[in-house]
Formats: sequence, structure tokens, C-alpha cells
Amino acid sequence: MAATLRVSVWRGAAAGRFQEFEVPRRESQTVLDVVTHIQRECDASLAYRYACRVGMCGSCAMTVNGRARWTCRTHVSKVAQDDRLEIAPLANLPVIRDLVTDMSRFFDKWAQAKGQFQGARSRRDDFARVMPDSPQRLAVDAAIECIGCGVCYSSCDVVTWNPDYLGPAALNRAWTLVNDVRDTAGAARLAAVAGDAGCHACHTHMSCTERCPKQITPTAGIAGLKRAAAAAAWRGEL
Amino acid sequence: MNARSETLLWIAQRASAAVLALCVTVHLATIVYAVRGGLSAAEILNRTHGNYGWLAFYALFVAAVSIHAPIGLRTVAAETLGRRGAVLDLLTLVLGVALALWGWRAVLAVFG
Repeated sequence: MAATLRVSVWRGAAAGRFQEFEVPRRESQTVLDVVTHIQRECDASLAYRYACRVGMCGSCAMTVNGRARWTCRTHVSKVAQDDRLEIAPLANLPVIRDLVTDMSRFFDKWAQAKGQFQGARSRRDDFARVMPDSPQRLAVDAAIECIGCGVCYSSCDVVTWNPDYLGPAALNRAWTLVNDVRDTAGAARLAAVAGDAGCHACHTHMSCTERCPKQITPTAGIAGLKRAAAAAAWRGEL
Repeated sequence: MNARSETLLWIAQRASAAVLALCVTVHLATIVYAVRGGLSAAEILNRTHGNYGWLAFYALFVAAVSIHAPIGLRTVAAETLGRRGAVLDLLTLVLGVALALWGWRAVLAVFG
């Protein structure tokens, strides 16, 4: 292990340049540790975003050596090439400054995909009973742990080609609700996700699935939405 | 285009792809089998003239191409040229009809 790491960090907004830094190499050092060192020791004006540092909040995702990653759980030893790192903001999102992107469009699409739960019970009703081993509950389990980091959205070619495309995270959220037996907005949700910027636009490149830090498979959920929409269209419910 | 239409287009493209997988396989296998000893255009036409089996097969092949190709090109145009909307949908329909008419005309010609 070399004593120092040479790090290129994006500075500016959409127009900008990479700035070089030298950062001391440490054991078990994460990419977020590197960015924090630069901000605290080299250049206090560096803008970046993080919160929990333990892979729960989804705020620290960046492009590291060309690939979107959660930086708090990415060890430098796994990604540095020749003791070099290139750190840039997430792709497919507008850059506010340096490593900070504007995530509002990303989360707006969750709302467009009707990512809100809508139930029919009130607080006076008994709890709904959902069998843990039912096919719907298992489908939800496989997709529910999304932390909204934007790695999948940033890695998606279809988002690059069609900025209106809802993207893997919003569609994955819709898939969890399609499988939620308590939810009552199924038909409206399928109509929201089956338009020309919805699930049918997915090319099954599977970059989202390969890069999701939570090992979720949005591609499978999107395929499920395609099947659900096809079945609904066939029944005349779409 | 609304969600129902998009979904029906998706079903049509998947279904036509399944038909094409079969048709292309039969088409290529037939070519490989038929030309083993050399084959002239006249010999081909001699076999296809009046053969209702090949007429039905290639009519189906053309129908599948006419459905599959325009839907795919519509997506390519939307993603690479950023063109969407009624004009693109109309061009897709025109291309599909043109492919069907050209293809079936050729099928009828080899049927005799």
C-alpha cells in the first residue's frame, strides 16, 4: 500500500474540471473518508453530501472511477487503480456544486410512479394479516430495502437517453406497492408506470441490478411491472 | 401515447419476436438444407409456385416483421433522436403497412 493516494475530484457544476489532491492512505479507508479528508484538510470549500456513514441514508453516492457507488461503504482498496481515485458527482442528475447533485427530479419520479402507499383501513380497523411466506410478501421483501441513493438511476442508460424515464428506483418502489395486498391504488399505479417513459422503456441492461449497493434487483421488479401491465391491459383494466 | 397503447405495443413486439424466432430458424435451416448441392432461382421458384404451405409460412413471417420492426424503430427514434408523439406514431404505422405490403407482394410473386 502506497503512503498517499492521488485523487481527482470534480469541482464546479455542469461546467467544471477535475482538481488533484494527495490524501494519506490508511487502513480500512473508505472513499467517503477520502472526500472528508480533502474537505477538512485540503480545501474547505469542497461541497459533498453525507449523513449516516453506515449505508443507511443513501446520501453519499458518487461516481468513483467511472462507476456510481455508495462511498461510505466502498473501501479504497477495492476501487483504487494504481493508487488513484477519480471522484465525480452522480451522472444523470444536475450538478449543484462539486460532488452534490440535485436529487429532486429523482424523487419527483417516485411520486409520478405513485410510490405512496394508499390503503383502505382506518386506525379503528384491525391489523392486516400478510403471510410472510406469501408470493406477494416475498416479492416485496426482495425489493423493499432501497435507501434511495440514486446509484441505479445514475447507472441507467435509458435515463441518459430519455430523461423522462421513471428509472429503476421509482419503478422498484411501484413494484413493492403492486405486491402490497393492503394497497388500493393498483390500477392507477400501473397506468402511471406503463406509459412511454415507464417500465416498457427498460432495455434490461441490468446496470441497476449490478450496481445496487443493497443487492436489489430492480430489473426483476420492472419485468414484473411489464407482466402486471400486460395482464391488466388484457383484462381491459388499463 | 397512453399506458394501455404502450402496453399493447409491448405485447405485440414480444409476441412478434416469438414468431420471428421460429420463422428465422425455419428460414435459415431451409436455406442450408436446400442449397447443399447448389440451387438456382428457377429451382426455388419451381418449389414455391403453388405451394400453400410456403405461402402461409412467409405470409406469417412478413406479418411478424411488419409488426416487430416498426415498434423497435419507434423506440430507437425516441431514444436516439428524442422524437416522440403523434408524428412518430404515424410514421411507425406507415412503415408497418409499407413493410407488410412490400413483403406480401414478394410472397405472392414467389407463390406464382
